[in-house]
Amino acid sequence: MLELNNIDVHYGVIHALKNISLKVEKGEIVTLIGANGAGKTTTLRTISGLIKPSKGTITFKGQRIDGASAPEIVKAGISHVPEGRRIFPDMTVRENLELGAFLRKDKDEIQKDMELVFARFPILKNRSKQNAGTLSGGEQQMLAIGRALMARPELLLMDEPSMGLAPLLVNEIFSIIKEINEQGTTILLVEQNANIALSIADRAYVIETGSIVLEGSGKELANSEQIKKAYLGG
Amino acid sequence: MAEFIQQLINGLSLGSIYALIALGYTMVYGIIKLINFAHGDIYMIGAYVGYICIKYLNLGFFPALIISMITCSLLGIIIEKIAYKPLRNATRIAALITAIAVSLFLEYTTMFIAGATVRTYPQILGNITFKPMEGVIVNIQQIFIFAVTIVLMTVLQFIVHKTKVGKAMRAVSSDKDAAQLMGINTDKVISYTFAIGSALAGAAGILVGIYYNTINPLMGMLPGLKAFVAAVFGGIGIIPGALIGGITIGVIETMVSGYGSSLYKDAVAFAILILVLLIKPSGLLGKNTREKV
Repeated sequence: MLELNNIDVHYGVIHALKNISLKVEKGEIVTLIGANGAGKTTTLRTISGLIKPSKGTITFKGQRIDGASAPEIVKAGISHVPEGRRIFPDMTVRENLELGAFLRKDKDEIQKDMELVFARFPILKNRSKQNAGTLSGGEQQMLAIGRALMARPELLLMDEPSMGLAPLLVNEIFSIIKEINEQGTTILLVEQNANIALSIADRAYVIETGSIVLEGSGKELANSEQIKKAYLGG
Repeated sequence: MAEFIQQLINGLSLGSIYALIALGYTMVYGIIKLINFAHGDIYMIGAYVGYICIKYLNLGFFPALIISMITCSLLGIIIEKIAYKPLRNATRIAALITAIAVSLFLEYTTMFIAGATVRTYPQILGNITFKPMEGVIVNIQQIFIFAVTIVLMTVLQFIVHKTKVGKAMRAVSSDKDAAQLMGINTDKVISYTFAIGSALAGAAGILVGIYYNTINPLMGMLPGLKAFVAAVFGGIGIIPGALIGGITIGVIETMVSGYGSSLYKDAVAFAILILVLLIKPSGLLGKNTREKV
């Protein structure tokens, strides 16, 4: 479904991504794990068109999308839940969700999807008129996920959904991610919390200083000595 | 008491005009963090367009107002595309210097075409006055200023809060990257913002023309600066702040020239700027934002 081939990204003189190739098949949860600063977020931002690669190609459902603008990529069916959630704090929860459906014109369907988001996250329904900035961290993460779902994406990019959340909430968010996947959305998940990411992933890539150093199924990597040492605290 | 009310009415008229200009400053700043110093000159162009419409095309007040607003919004979009867009990723100081250059360009181009002479604005609304109470006079020009300002503010409020474009504008001003991830085309939103802000400035230009009767190519400088102060006073980037700031500066300025000395009226706005920067740099409605990690 999504394929990155030999992607290079430069920030000025910094060579942030080196020859990154990865693949996400339809229906999968694929995770990209690695340390802080390894290039995980840059990879996602490159896929969603916020950064232009200096080399390489990205294809989505057989179409080249490298060089396309961020709105064009949303239109193609990729939504991005950014690092740090990046909800619009001075707008209401409902307005945040409406913005998620910005490119859609099917009003009735948008309303239906909003009800689905509210059903999935009842707390958001209670707070729909509240400014998003007043939500707790966990609620903001739910809003960010709900907002991305409002675009009806085929592929959902998620950047560190566990960041800054209490362990109980992390489990809740990850079971929701799993659920979203089971309902048909393909997921590319970036995580520092390798343990939990590998537990739900079909396949995984490990990125170190801008390069993919390892790949395999979620299980394989969870049991690999190298990964245990470097990322799982064992 | 009558004198005070009279000064208050005069102050509110002037303040409405500052508020209309300040809105453009604040909206553009909110979206691209640029102090558009050419904004005062767009207001000047608005006054000249209105002058041409009324004097040479024999149009009435409202057609002139609308043509002037449309011309200014187009001018705003063109200026943004030519002068500011190429600098979107440049340093802020580069954009600021460019804004000053655009300002000079507009002033001296107008001077080249229309001449440096002060022109008398046609008295299209006539010379009607009302006496709501003993010793208080409200003229028709002031009523038009209030009416036009209130209507435009209401329309603006509607656009910003109820329409898709308005929501996109708020999203871009809050977080440009996140807005793009929603599928919002930021270039388009920036164009809309310049268009709306410039249209409001155009309206202010024609209102000032009929209120003060005279226009000249450099008329935008001082009101432009004062409107900037108004925007900072209210909290730059915050729309209701520009409204409150504009009205406040207008009323204070009028009070100072009414009760004190008109010599000081221009100094007052800048004294206020200094005080705001010392006491609450984020402005009246501004939040002291701390970076969240």
